[in-house]
Amino acid sequence: MVTPFGPGIKTNSHAFRAAETSFRPVKFFDVSRHRARLAAEIALPEELPPTRLKRKQEQRLDRASKMLLLATHEAWGQSGWAPSENLPLVFGTTSGGMSLGEAYYRQTLGEPQNAKLQAWRIHQYQAQRQALDLCDAFGFSGPITLIANACASGANAIGHAWELIRNGSAERVLAGGYDALSELVFSGFDSLQALSTTSCRPFDNNRDGLALGEGAGVLCLESLDSAKKRDAEILGEIVGYGACTDCHHLTQPHPQGDAALASMVAACEIARLAPEQIDYVNAHGTGTPLNDAAEAAAINRWAGDLAKNIPVSSTKSSIGHLLGAAGAVEAVICLIALREQWIPATSTLETVDPICNFPVVTTPREARLDHVLTNSFGFGGANASLILGRWRG
Amino acid sequence: MDAFRDALKKNTSLPTKELSRPASDRKLHVRQVPAPPTRPSFLAHPRLRRTSPITQYAIAAALEALGQDSEKITQGELRLGIVFCVMSGCVNYSRRFYDEALRDPSTASPLVFPETVFNAPSSHLAALLKTNAINYTIVGDPGTFLEGIALAADWLTSGKVDGCLVIGAEEVDWITSDAYRRFQRKVILSDGAGALYLKTKSDSVEAAQLTAVTSAHPFLKSQSRHCAAAKMRAELPGSAAGTLLSDGIQNLPVLDSAEKNAWRDWNGERVSVKTILGEGLMAAAAWQCVAAVDAVRTKRSSAANVSVVGCNQQAIGAQFVMSNSISSF
Repeated sequence: MVTPFGPGIKTNSHAFRAAETSFRPVKFFDVSRHRARLAAEIALPEELPPTRLKRKQEQRLDRASKMLLLATHEAWGQSGWAPSENLPLVFGTTSGGMSLGEAYYRQTLGEPQNAKLQAWRIHQYQAQRQALDLCDAFGFSGPITLIANACASGANAIGHAWELIRNGSAERVLAGGYDALSELVFSGFDSLQALSTTSCRPFDNNRDGLALGEGAGVLCLESLDSAKKRDAEILGEIVGYGACTDCHHLTQPHPQGDAALASMVAACEIARLAPEQIDYVNAHGTGTPLNDAAEAAAINRWAGDLAKNIPVSSTKSSIGHLLGAAGAVEAVICLIALREQWIPATSTLETVDPICNFPVVTTPREARLDHVLTNSFGFGGANASLILGRWRG
Repeated sequence: MDAFRDALKKNTSLPTKELSRPASDRKLHVRQVPAPPTRPSFLAHPRLRRTSPITQYAIAAALEALGQDSEKITQGELRLGIVFCVMSGCVNYSRRFYDEALRDPSTASPLVFPETVFNAPSSHLAALLKTNAINYTIVGDPGTFLEGIALAADWLTSGKVDGCLVIGAEEVDWITSDAYRRFQRKVILSDGAGALYLKTKSDSVEAAQLTAVTSAHPFLKSQSRHCAAAKMRAELPGSAAGTLLSDGIQNLPVLDSAEKNAWRDWNGERVSVKTILGEGLMAAAAWQCVAAVDAVRTKRSSAANVSVVGCNQQAIGAQFVMSNSISSF
């Protein structure tokens, strides 16, 4: 995984355990005329890990490609997989190489006669390019599926990959999500007044918006039979996935969280788990007034009287909203929590919104976790829930 | 469909129109969807008032493909999955919003930004049809449309949905047209949409049956475009009497060579929709499939192969046959 805390599981585990936050003044583009000025940017390492890419190819990679490559390198190294033909890749993204599209537009208008780098920008801007770069870097040659379901993209990608394995279409799938910060997207959320001008405080009674981040999360998914056969180190299991569409509004969730509830119920049904068997909910928890209220209503309805026993937190309080990467990175955070048996916190919470019938975790703490549920909800009413289970061997 | 059939029957390239490009005197040539004679009734829906052309094209194609089933869906009698496929996506509003943000972010329109998101059209369609079932927007080069068909087939066979729409749509903008010209000066972008409606069983005697979607063969350093196209071709059956090939040829040698080479042994009937309608990107892949299905449904062909050798990602194919003559391979 790659988050604003940096690349790698260890780095992130340490930072989440310490309830750190990663918000800084935006450097990548000018935000002097925007309402919000903070985001969680990633300081990418100067050197990429060794792959099959030549130096020149590496230099052509955009930020999004680099994040995806770094996350894949870590996951691939852990998996012990050898390069194979026909390894399906399923990734979620909302904007691919958007910042290159922006640069193309600025140069086209500002210097119409200057064609320098423009062809490269067109090429690299497209979402499929990041996945194709990955294929060249690691020697993959399978089909590529890119899901662009707004902020649920990463969760949908993992859920879809899981279904490919469940229905026997594939034995292994590389899946995840990625997104890099871009001026257009930052300006878009700013125009909607969805960005916090103070600090991102999911489920806080005084919350005033989300904070954007960037990153990538990648999982090597494999059928249990296949993983056991090769004596692989299994990090955890995916046991449930639900997806549903909220028709209420293009950008606002149904106030009672109807679709969020439906996606959590669907995931639990597939997993054959009741709410009381979920030990922790990693909420979508963006920090916007409407999202958190709707999600809280959905969790209250889903768990009923048992809500008071189910700890909930939003890790977006630490790393921001990673958009197309959010669902994938948060799934990796859940895997860390399951393996290490602790719950990450809503690190910035001050006063809990009374709408929450459930305990919002404010300090990271040890806990026995067997099953955790992670929510991802996006524009367009894209709702997805994943349930991950602890692997006991 | 009538206009589409008519254009294919005439087999003459549709007229182009000029598009201005800011900061340049050079005109761009495109083929755009002609304005309908009357305002489509679906635009009265509150969600659709501000939508950009890509949403309107997608919804028009979707409703036509659904026919009378749209009523069953809105009444909750039929679970409809949606797979919306795009390459360039909502580019009109993306360019407009970014332009506004560059000029002054404090006045950039919050009404425009949400319409820039890839899945905005499929979200509007779901709202119009009141369907809350699974809905994916998938992006990539035009081969993605056939991936979408395979995805729909998976959802149907797993019982996740009762019916599934697969839609490919694009809208023309000077920025995309200008961008494509940098790679191929003679390419003429077009916009529009095409949709297929898949069900496990059809009530109609005119249904076509999807019998195969090939593997997607990506274009890589280790696998050239020609090689990927040849692999796709090898997964589809050879020429047979009554079988149609719906290909992506557009009479531009550099773009066509891999596909032409892959199908050089084909001596059956062929339709090349891009030579008539232009390079519609994802919409063109949808049109290729619609042409194939229409030929089978109307019994002009007993089977139809679809060949998509995409812009920069993959080669992939599919086959449709008459519903009472299932082929196996």
